[in-house]
Amino acid sequence: MKYAEEVEKAYTPITVREEAQRCLLCHDAPCSQACPAGTAPDRFIRSIRLNNIKGAAETIRENNALGAVCARVCPTERYCQKACSRCGIDRPIDIAGLQRYATDAEERFGMQILQAAPANSHKVAIVGSGPAGLQAAASLLQLGYAVDIYEKSAAAGGYLRYGIPEYRLPNAIVDTEIKRIAALGASIKTSTTVGKDVTMDELQAQYEAVLLAVGFSQAKMLPMFADSDITETAVDFLARVKQAKGEVELPQNIVVIGGGDVAMDVATTLKMLGVKNVTDVVYEEFCEFLASKKELAGAQALGVTIIDGYVPEKIEGRKVTFKHRRINASLEIETDKVILAVGQQADGEGLGLNFIKNEVEFEGYQSPNPKVFVAGDIARGDKTVVWAVRKGKEAAQAIHNFLGGKQ
Amino acid sequence: MIKKDLSIDFLGVHFENPFCLSSSPVGNCYDMCKKAYDTGWGGVVFKTIGPKHFLIDEVSPRFDALTKESTEFVGFRNLEQIAEHSLEENLADLRRLKAEYPNKVLIASIMGTYEEDWTELARLVEEAGADMIELNFSCPNMTTHEMGSDVGSSPDLCRKYCAAVKRGSKLPVLAKMTPNLTDMVPLAKASLEGGADGIAAINTIKCVINVDLQRHVGLPIINGKSAISGYSGKAVKPIALRFIQQMRSAEGLENLPISGIGGIETWSDAAEFILLGASTLQVTTAIMEYGYRVVEDMKNGLMHYMEEQGVEHLSELVGKANKNIISAEQLDRDYIVYPEIDEEACVGCGRCYISCYDGAHQAMIWNEETRRPKCDHEKCVGCHLCALVCPVKAIGKGEIVMKPGREGKPEDKHV
Repeated sequence: MKYAEEVEKAYTPITVREEAQRCLLCHDAPCSQACPAGTAPDRFIRSIRLNNIKGAAETIRENNALGAVCARVCPTERYCQKACSRCGIDRPIDIAGLQRYATDAEERFGMQILQAAPANSHKVAIVGSGPAGLQAAASLLQLGYAVDIYEKSAAAGGYLRYGIPEYRLPNAIVDTEIKRIAALGASIKTSTTVGKDVTMDELQAQYEAVLLAVGFSQAKMLPMFADSDITETAVDFLARVKQAKGEVELPQNIVVIGGGDVAMDVATTLKMLGVKNVTDVVYEEFCEFLASKKELAGAQALGVTIIDGYVPEKIEGRKVTFKHRRINASLEIETDKVILAVGQQADGEGLGLNFIKNEVEFEGYQSPNPKVFVAGDIARGDKTVVWAVRKGKEAAQAIHNFLGGKQ
Repeated sequence: MIKKDLSIDFLGVHFENPFCLSSSPVGNCYDMCKKAYDTGWGGVVFKTIGPKHFLIDEVSPRFDALTKESTEFVGFRNLEQIAEHSLEENLADLRRLKAEYPNKVLIASIMGTYEEDWTELARLVEEAGADMIELNFSCPNMTTHEMGSDVGSSPDLCRKYCAAVKRGSKLPVLAKMTPNLTDMVPLAKASLEGGADGIAAINTIKCVINVDLQRHVGLPIINGKSAISGYSGKAVKPIALRFIQQMRSAEGLENLPISGIGGIETWSDAAEFILLGASTLQVTTAIMEYGYRVVEDMKNGLMHYMEEQGVEHLSELVGKANKNIISAEQLDRDYIVYPEIDEEACVGCGRCYISCYDGAHQAMIWNEETRRPKCDHEKCVGCHLCALVCPVKAIGKGEIVMKPGREGKPEDKHV
C-alpha cells in the first residue's frame, strides 16, 4: 500500500449494482434517518439500483456539498451503516462505497448540479474553509448570498486538506469539492487570519453576518512533552506529510500516543511510509476504543503495535515511561520520535468567543452578538466531518432566517 | 436536480409525464391513485370496471414470483380479475380523483360481457370525469370466456365492442391487447376499425410460474389446486417490445398510437418502449415490488436521457428505433466480428471458456498456467456468447473480417 494512493478500491459499474441490489429498500429508511447531514442514502441507493446513476449523484450533491469527501471519511459504521436493516441479515450495505461511486460518476460526467440563486444583495463572511465553512458557503450561495471565505492557511479545506491522510482522502478530491463551491461564486481569501490580518470589527462592518467555522486547528500538548525535541503533534505531522505527498524522512522507531482516528491515521501513515516499529500507546482499553473499527483494523493489519490502558508518565531524552491506568505496571519504551495525538482545540484568538470545554457557551448557531454565528467543531454537537456538514447547513439556514429569509 | 419537460400529448390528452399506473391491483381505489398522483405519476389507468351483473370473487393467495439467483421478481404472476368494488364506488372514486387532480390524466379501464355493457360503461365513466377509456380485451384471469383475453383473440369481438364503446362516449379509446396470440396486428386493426384511437400493449401472458415439488401443484396453491394465469414483470419486456414493434412495422400502422406496457422498472426500460413507438407507459409489477416511488427515478433518469440525446420534447424520441428493426432475412450476414479480450480486466474465471465450449464453437483456448482465454479465429463464429457471460465485461468487439467472397469493407460495418 502506498501513502499517495487511495486504499479503498472503487466499485465498477457491475459491482456497484450488485451492492445496491443488496439494499432492502426500506420504508422510512433507517439509514437516512441516521445520516447527520441528511444525505438521503436510501434515495441514492434506490437510484443506483434503478439504473439512474446521475439521479443518485444529484441526490447526494444537493443534500451534501461535500458528498465525495464524506463518501471517503465518514465513520458510516456509527451512522447510516449502523442503522441499516440489512444488519439483521448479514452485514450492512456499503453506503460509503456507493456514495463514492456516484460522486466519482458525477465528476466523470462533468455534472454541475448545484446552482447559485440570483443575488439577493446580502453579504456574508465565513471564517474557516473546513467542511462546515464550505457547506455553509454552498448553502448560502444557493440562496443568493454573496459569500467571502477567510482562510488562514495557504490553501482551503482545513483539516480535509491538512489532516486526513492522502490514502484516505486525496487532496485532488478536496480540490474538486472546493472548485464546485467556488464555481457557485464563493471568493476564498487564503493566508488571511481573522483577528490578525483582518479584525472581527472590520468584518462586522463589511458584512451583514459573520460565520465562524474555525474548527479545532490547534493540537493539544501534554506539559511533560512540551520541551521534548523528539516530540511532534499529530496535527503538524499529518499536515507535513500530506503537503510533501509522503516524501518525508522518518526514523525507524516511533511511538504514537492516543487512540482516536487521528492516532490511527498517524500510525497507519507511518507504516505506509516504511517505518519499521510503530508503537501506539492508548489510554482507553480496547473495549472503549475511540477510533473507528475500520481504522483500528487498518492500523493493526499493517503491523502497528497497539498497547491499551497506559498513560504517559514522563519522557527523558529518548525514553518514555507509561503507567497502567489501574494495575501496578509500567512500560518503558526507547524511541526515536514521539507523535502526540491526544486531541485538538480551537484557536479562538481575536474572535471574541468564550469557550467552555472547547465549545461555545451557547446552544445553536447564533452568538450573543446577533451578527456573529458559529458552525463546525466549535459549535455544540459531534466533531465529525458529516456533523460539520450538518452544522454548516443549519448555520446557513440560521443566517438566512436572521437576514429575513423564509424558513 | 435536472428539469426537463416530460410532457406528451397522446390521443388529444396532455400528460405531464408519460408514466401511468396500469389497470391492475395498483390502481384499485381512490387512496391508491391519490398517493400515485402525489408521488408524481402522470396518469392512472383505474382498475378495470365491470358491469353490475358480473360479480368478482377472488382467490387467496393470488400471486407468485419467478426468481433467479438473488433476483426476487424476474417475473410475477397474478390471479386477480377486475375491480372488486361496486360500480357505484368505482365511479365515485373516478369523480373524486378528477375533481382533486384536474391536471392529471385519469383513464378508465372497462370490460363488459355484452355490447350494451360496453356502451353503458363508457357512458358512465365519461360522465364520471375520465379523460380516456381503455378497453380490457385481455385479462387472462377471468372466470368467464365471454370476458378478458378470449375476447381479445377475436377480431370480430374487438371491432364490435370498440364500436359499442364509441356509441356510449366521445372520449379517446385505447384497446388493450392480449399477448396470448401469434400476431397482434389483425386484432389491433380490427379495434381501430371499430373506432379505437390507439392500442395499449401488452396485458399479461398466460403462464404456470412454479410447481410445488412436494405437493405436485402449481403456485400459488388454492385449496390444493392452481390455475393458468397472467405473467408480468421484467421477464415479459422483450415480448412486449416485440408485439409493439410488429404493430408499428405493419402496413397502415406505422404511426399507431401506443401505450406501452410490460416489465417497465427503470427509465431505461421506459426509453426502450418509447423508441419502439410508445407515447405513454404503464407500470404495475415494479410498483407491486417497490412502490409508487419507482416513478421518481423513471422521471429523473428519462430527463437525463433526453439531455444526453439532445431532445427538448419526448415526442421526438417516439418510434425512433422502429426503422432499425428489420426482418431476419434482411440482416447483413457478410462479416464476422471477433471478440477482443481485455487481459488487464480479465480475472481468470474461465466462464467464457466453458460457455464457448459447451454452448458455442469451442473457440476459446484456455491457458491453464496463466488462467487467461485466447480466441481461436479459425473456430470462432463471432457469436459473442463469451462477452455476455463475462462477469467483468472484459470482452468487447474486436477485429471485423469479411466472409470469403463477400462484398464490402469491414470499416463500413456498424458493429
